[in-house]
Parts: sequence; structure tokens; C-alpha cells
Amino acid sequence: MKHADLLKPEGFEEVEHTADWAYRIWGQSLAELFVRAARGLYYLVGMRLAAEPQGVREISLQGVDNESLLVAWLNELLYLHESENLGFEQIEILQLDGKTLHAKVTGSPTQQWLKDIKAATYHNLAIHSTETGFEATLVLDV
Amino acid sequence: MVTKQDFHRISDRIWEIPTSFHPAMKVPVWVFADEEILEEALGDLSITQAINVAQLPGLVGHVAIMPDVHQGYGMPIGGVMVSRVPDGIISPGAVGYDINCGVRVLASEIEYETAKPFIGALASTLYRNCPSGVGEKGSIPLSMEELDTLCRQGSRWALERGYATAEDLARTEEFGCLEGAQPENVSQRAKERGKGQLGTLGAGNHFLEVDAIEEVFDREAAQAMGLRKGCLAVQIHCGSRGFGHQICTDYVQDFQSAVIRYGIHLPDRELVCAPLDSPEGQAYLGAMKAAANYAFANRQTLAHHARRSFQQVFGTPTGESHLRQVYDIAHNMAKMETHRIEGKEIPVCVHRKGATRAFGPGFAGLPPEYRHLGQPVLVPGSMGTKSWILLGTAANEELSFGSTCHGAGRVMSRAKAKHSVRGDRLRQELEKSGISVRAGSMSGLAEEAPQAYKDVDRVVATVSQAGIARKVARLRPVAVIKG
Repeated sequence: MKHADLLKPEGFEEVEHTADWAYRIWGQSLAELFVRAARGLYYLVGMRLAAEPQGVREISLQGVDNESLLVAWLNELLYLHESENLGFEQIEILQLDGKTLHAKVTGSPTQQWLKDIKAATYHNLAIHSTETGFEATLVLDV
Repeated sequence: MVTKQDFHRISDRIWEIPTSFHPAMKVPVWVFADEEILEEALGDLSITQAINVAQLPGLVGHVAIMPDVHQGYGMPIGGVMVSRVPDGIISPGAVGYDINCGVRVLASEIEYETAKPFIGALASTLYRNCPSGVGEKGSIPLSMEELDTLCRQGSRWALERGYATAEDLARTEEFGCLEGAQPENVSQRAKERGKGQLGTLGAGNHFLEVDAIEEVFDREAAQAMGLRKGCLAVQIHCGSRGFGHQICTDYVQDFQSAVIRYGIHLPDRELVCAPLDSPEGQAYLGAMKAAANYAFANRQTLAHHARRSFQQVFGTPTGESHLRQVYDIAHNMAKMETHRIEGKEIPVCVHRKGATRAFGPGFAGLPPEYRHLGQPVLVPGSMGTKSWILLGTAANEELSFGSTCHGAGRVMSRAKAKHSVRGDRLRQELEKSGISVRAGSMSGLAEEAPQAYKDVDRVVATVSQAGIARKVARLRPVAVIKG
């Protein structure tokens, strides 16, 4: 069995929330922010991946802005886990322009997924520009 | 930043934030609380979220906040919002991801003292028969065609297949079926998720519990509901599973462009909404009803499994069930109702998020044996603590639009609960106090520790003092089944 990285991911911290889960992510580029949002989600649910069979998927999403793409992106990953039991270790963002997200992801079936997440939400969501790049805080409904 | 000084005290248990607090507020916010509960609510974003809700277009009356309030992800949990028909709004985010999450209670005439030696075996049997936990599949897989039928019929689907009795349906909110469900407005994804999950509890705060009826406060009502002091009862808390989650996810995403089209300004994008009379609003309403009916059928199927479990452990010579339904209520839903607002009866859409419909005596939608009493309200406490059966009142009509509380309400984050409580130790403590625990995840158990919740007795005392519900009976847990 190969373990997905269960060490706390870079550019990620948990944020206090009474009932649900919240986390802050930051990155030098929007693409890095999206990758870290995915890794943060996988870290919070305690995902571990099987060594094989490995597979590659292409994900294409439409939205009205980058925030809507970020929510759609995480909900797509939740769906791929629930419907096909898949998790992804390598994530490459090919296109991200405020209307379209195109990503190539490589992964395998999950061997461990400890938490049921209903959805990623829009609650108070805004992607902010910072001196070093971008940041956002996400709230997950658990 | 809202503080206690911003409230105007309407009565001993009702606190108002007037529309003058924020220029965008369309209606005031009323919080049903004692001073301690109000101060706790000011400790997180609950009240700020309620003020956000009060800014949505087309609202009438006031936003009512129940004493089990806590911070949510758009609308606070414990919130009631009323919008005008036909030009008010409907908001998938305000209903939430677990559409028609709710509670069902079944009562038996089995004395706890007699059953005591068998409670462990009963807990294990229930745990085996009622699938729970992350990604668990149900025992009744559905074809796509049958799922569509179930979405239209709700509990009637279960009745036709032998998982329900006619009395179960009579004793379910809306008789277990919202008419006008439109499975054609549900995505293929939601259907894929829903078809394998019927008859499952799920994880998180969902549970199945066996209780002993500890105290009866209203003998006439308790008798009508079949609640006998010292006897066993069963509570089932769950909703529409991945089916409802996906429907909400789909519509929250779709409505992001609808708000631009309709020029709706949102204080929080999770409160995304569309006019009720718009094609988008009607499409969501039809899909939401499909999820609501799925949830009714889901709890009905779990009730069937609970009856089977009781039969396996306690048996009966005639094969007759030990468990009779008390009632089944929804606590995450948008409902088309008529309410008296500013002296006039008007049609409205009532969103209840972590709040229970609690209609008073005389309501025609109740079975004859309950009609003179009012609607039963089922209020589960936190794990290991007491639960309550209440009744709706006539007075809540104008105070809370026929609504009351839904549970204890969290006060501590899941992360903090997990750090301060160890699941295995909590399980030992519960077992030592006479509660059998069957749980798939120890960390999940820790997150739901009683310390993470408010005192449900105080919440119930508050709704009772405020006149928006009255006490019938208190239940004490003897077995808890969780994912």
C-alpha cells in the first residue's frame, strides 16, 4: 500500500468553525491555490490511496468567476471519490481563466477516506490577492 | 460587529435586531433565547449570518432564530426565513445540503427493566441491519426508474413495497410525500449517488438511538402518541444522503448565474437564490421535493430495519411489530405554507434550516388522534444526553411561523472536540453510564461528544417559556448507533 501524503500540506491551515470544517489556503499563483485547496481537502478527510491501478483523468469545469470554479473543483473531487472511489496525487492545472478550469489529475482508488463531506460551500468565499500571491478560506459542510 | 446592546428585548425570551441595525436588512431578526444562550450565540457568526439572511429580497415577517442556533455556512442552523409568494425567493443554500434531514421516533411497550439484559444484543443487531458510516451502501438498490417513482411518492413507495404501514404515513410530516416532486429536474449525478444509498444512516451527526422514556409531562398527549414511562423508544436521525447533497451542490452552482440575471445582491454567496416564480426557482423546488421524498423513504426504510431488529431480539408470537410510529419531522426544508403575517393570512415559502415545523392544535394535516393536540415535535439531544418530545402551539404561528427548535445545537468545533475528547474513552464512559455504543469511527464519536453541544434541557426550557412548543416527554438514551 502506498500512502498519499498525510503530512500537513503546504499553504494550508485549519480555521475554527463551530459545526463544519473551514480551512485557509494560500499560493503564489491561482493554479497553486487550486492545487492546495485539493490537497487540503484530501488531508482533512485523511485520504490514503492504493498503489494501483493508476489512472489519468481530465477535468473541465465552467463557472462565473474563479470562486465558482474553486467550489466546483472541490465538489468535482468529492463526486469522483463518492461515485468511483478515486483520489488524485498529481494535479496539473492546464487552464484557469475565471470562466473555465481545465486540469489533468493522476490517481488511484482510495484505501482510506475517514470523513463524509457533504459539499464545499461558498460561505464568505473570496479569493484575495496578497503581496505573495492569492489566498482563500473555504468552509466544508460535514 | 453585533453586540448584546444592539438587541431590543421583546419579551423575556425574545430578542430583536431591528432593521435599523443594517441598511440592507429587509426584515428584523428575532432570537428566541435566554441571556446565556444569546451570549453564546454572539460567540460565533450565528447572529451575523442571521442578519445576512434578513437582507434577502422578498422576505416578510422576521427571521426567527431558535435557541439551538449555531454558526452554519450561509443561514445559521436554527434559522427560519419566510418569503412572499409568488415573487419572493427560494434559496437552495438556505435549505442546505442535507435536504429533509429529519427525525423519526418509534415507541414500544417493552419495559426497559425487562429489556436491560438484551440492550447490547439489540444495539449490535441494529448496527448490523442499519448501514452507517462513510460511503456505506444500502440493502435496497434501486433502478433509475424506481428511483424516479420513489422521488414522486416518498413514503408511499415504501408502503407499496411493505416497508411501511398506513399509520406510519399518517404520522409523518406531509404524510411522507411532498406533491409536485420533479425527478426530471435532478441531475444524473445525484441519481447515481442516490440509487445505492437508500436505507443508510450516513455519518456525521446522524444516528439511530434506543431510549427509555424517562418522564412524561403531558399524560393525555403521551398516551395518544403511545409513549409509556419506562418503555423503549427508537429515534432515527438522517436525511437524503448523497442524493440531496448533490441536488443542493448542483443548484447552488447554477444559481450563481441566476442571481446575476435577476440582479439580486447577496451578502454571502452561499445564500444564492432565485425568485420563486422564475424557471430556476421552480426547477429547484421540484428537485428539492424529490430529495425530500427520498429522505422520507430513507427514514421509513430504516424504521423497517429497526422493526426487523426488534423482532430478531425480542420476537413476538404473532410476528406483529413492537414499534409504532410516533411521528416523523423534517428540519431542513423549504415549504409552501400559509401564515398570518401583520394580521393577514398570506401564502409564503418557509425555509427552515435546523428548525422544525411545529403547528398547533387544529391543523388538518395531522392524523385525527393528534389534531386536537398539535403536531408532535421530536428534539434529539446530543449523544449520551436526554431527548425530548414536544408539541406545537397555537402561539408560535405569529412568533415563529409555526416553527421551533430541532436539537441541542453545537457550541464547540469538531477540531476542538477531537482534541479535548478521546473517542475510545468517551465510549467507555457512555458504556459505564449504561449506554451501549456501536460506532464505526472513534474520531467521529469524539466530534459528536456531548461536551460539544448545548444543554438540550435549556434549549427546550427556552422554547417552552417562549410559548413556541410545549413539553410531552423526556427520553434517556440506552443504545447509540453511529457511523
